[in-house]
Amino acid sequence: MADMTQSNSTASPKTEKTGSISRFISATELDTRLLGMVGALLLIWIGFHILSGGLFLTPRNLWNLSVQTASVAVMATGMVLVIVTRNIDLSVGSILGFSGMIMGVMQAEILPQLLGFEHWATWIVTLLVGILVGGAIGMLQGSIIAFLNVPSFIVTLGGLLVWRGGTWFVTSGRTVAPMDSTFRLMGGGTSGSIGATWSWIAAIVACVAIVAAILNSRHQRRRFGFPLRPVWAEYFLVALGCVVVVGFVAVVNSYPWPVNIARNYADANGITWPDGGLFISHGIAIPVLMALAVGAVMTFIATRLRFGRYVFAIGGNPEAAELAGIKTRWVTVKIFTLMGVLCAIAAAISTARLNAATNAQGELDELYTIAAAVIGGTSLAGGVGTIAGAMLGALVMQSLQSGMVLVGIDTPFQRIVVGVVLVVAVWLDTIYRARAK
Amino acid sequence: MTEQVTPLVEMRNISISFGGIHAVENASVDLFPGEVVALLGHNGAGKSTLIKILSGAYRRDGGEILINGEDADIRNPRDAKKYGIETIYQTLAVADNVDAAANLYLGRELKTKWGTLDDVAMEASAREVMGRLNPNFRRFKEPVKALSGGQRQSVAIARAILFDARILIMDEPTAALGPQETAQVGDLVKELKRQGIGIFLISHDIHDVFDLADRVFVMKNGKVVGHARTEDVTKDEVLGMIILGKVPPGAVAGPGAVVA
Repeated sequence: MADMTQSNSTASPKTEKTGSISRFISATELDTRLLGMVGALLLIWIGFHILSGGLFLTPRNLWNLSVQTASVAVMATGMVLVIVTRNIDLSVGSILGFSGMIMGVMQAEILPQLLGFEHWATWIVTLLVGILVGGAIGMLQGSIIAFLNVPSFIVTLGGLLVWRGGTWFVTSGRTVAPMDSTFRLMGGGTSGSIGATWSWIAAIVACVAIVAAILNSRHQRRRFGFPLRPVWAEYFLVALGCVVVVGFVAVVNSYPWPVNIARNYADANGITWPDGGLFISHGIAIPVLMALAVGAVMTFIATRLRFGRYVFAIGGNPEAAELAGIKTRWVTVKIFTLMGVLCAIAAAISTARLNAATNAQGELDELYTIAAAVIGGTSLAGGVGTIAGAMLGALVMQSLQSGMVLVGIDTPFQRIVVGVVLVVAVWLDTIYRARAK
Repeated sequence: MTEQVTPLVEMRNISISFGGIHAVENASVDLFPGEVVALLGHNGAGKSTLIKILSGAYRRDGGEILINGEDADIRNPRDAKKYGIETIYQTLAVADNVDAAANLYLGRELKTKWGTLDDVAMEASAREVMGRLNPNFRRFKEPVKALSGGQRQSVAIARAILFDARILIMDEPTAALGPQETAQVGDLVKELKRQGIGIFLISHDIHDVFDLADRVFVMKNGKVVGHARTEDVTKDEVLGMIILGKVPPGAVAGPGAVVA
């Protein structure tokens, strides 16, 4: 129609500079919103680096930051799907607490009696039980929302209280510790990292995957004669992806084990202690790998599977989705089940990291998770959101918190800042969206 | 002479009520292959409600639906699609936040051998169908939100064509469109008719549909006033049916007719 041919012609006459930037962005098909978030993140990092006198952008702090982000990042991926379908889940912190407590009791009290203390299968049985519990809770809540038509806000608000109470009830409020030593690897730490060599291998695998993905999309586009990205743009995307991957691995590999742990390790393995000290890299922490894997799987689910397509269609227009023959109720149940499973994975990470299951575990996490998803561009009006954005949002939230601790801001002010940032971020996003139209 | 042919759709004595109010009472309509039937009436006359029973959005309280002379069990939109019934709604036609190809295949996505969405193949066939329907359409990558009313309508119609609809329901299909786009939809209706598809056009404005339709059914207060072949009645007579419930000589009276 006429209006569309017009928009094509009006796009070209612009000033030279904005023209080249917009041409660059349209050629690479980069998400400008995500770019803006990366920019904001870099600003936060550099700001805290200066304010803390050079403490923020150190391998040690960045490594810790990555581990601290993992748990909320895992849950934020699920929260995207929940919010995209115009629902909300206020119970994720409590589900984390409850499934964490079940996993704690499982590995510290039940399995040692059945399998023996520190049995090799303890961690996997524990994790599976935790995932089953989390998934079952999610499925229950999802079914109430979908089939009994109770608003998700109310169901999960109830869940917030119920599962927190349940966490308390399981051990009458007692903290369960210590965790199984293999299970504890999921929490990171010196032994819960994969070391320099494996980190580089992971980096190579990731780079190969980036190249393969770009080649495949080019091949697919050519197969049907669609317009291709310019070759330089493809090279740029590959280079960008690989630089990020390699840069991240270089950072985590330059964070060495603490001296006393390295010395114990040297003694135990009969290595003579060199004069300059022994440099053993942490490498990528296992919880970070888990979070990245969850992010990849969730992105795949959201963009490549029919289920993900339905999630977004329901969010965009629930009636149209229903009339198109989508079983919207089942999709809702599946989303909340998935959310429960992700809470259990996050619970495994945080109980392993703390080396204990407590009845306060995950308190306020629901708010951080929702904030991460929303800062990451998920619209509460439904239909819009990305997994990568939500994980970046989790990183932004955690960067703010860690940064404020480093700078020495008091706890009450930390919360005030986080609250203000959340509101400002969403306000800026509203402006951006209004402009984009 | 039409008595020999089995109707594509026959809705007999359909009733539905919401909270004690009879939205549709004892209504009967039928549709033959390659025929365009207009369903006319004021807002709230019950025409949309009646047709939503056929498309599976509402469940009837009483009456029966026959498709090709056989009893049809339509409880939800999925059932309706099994009988080849596709609906193009005035407002809730598309999911705004996904692109045209995703909307065309919503609910029946093409998959690769790995079980993942075959977006490229879907986009290719979307381009092919849209190319036939609306050659100017090029905004395949953008969410449907960014499209004009006519472009959205063509996405919705393409969706129905793509799935080999035999019975097409169009609810106020041209209400949101400009004159040029309305003419385009008109051409499309004629083309679909040639292919033997039966079409229900629902409208409160007789001028939108009178020239396209073979027959008109008029509803008032949830009842069928009567029906007529468009060649047997004038626009003014049909207007009389809509406003007063008065049945002209060329029309067949229904249960809602005002006995003069």
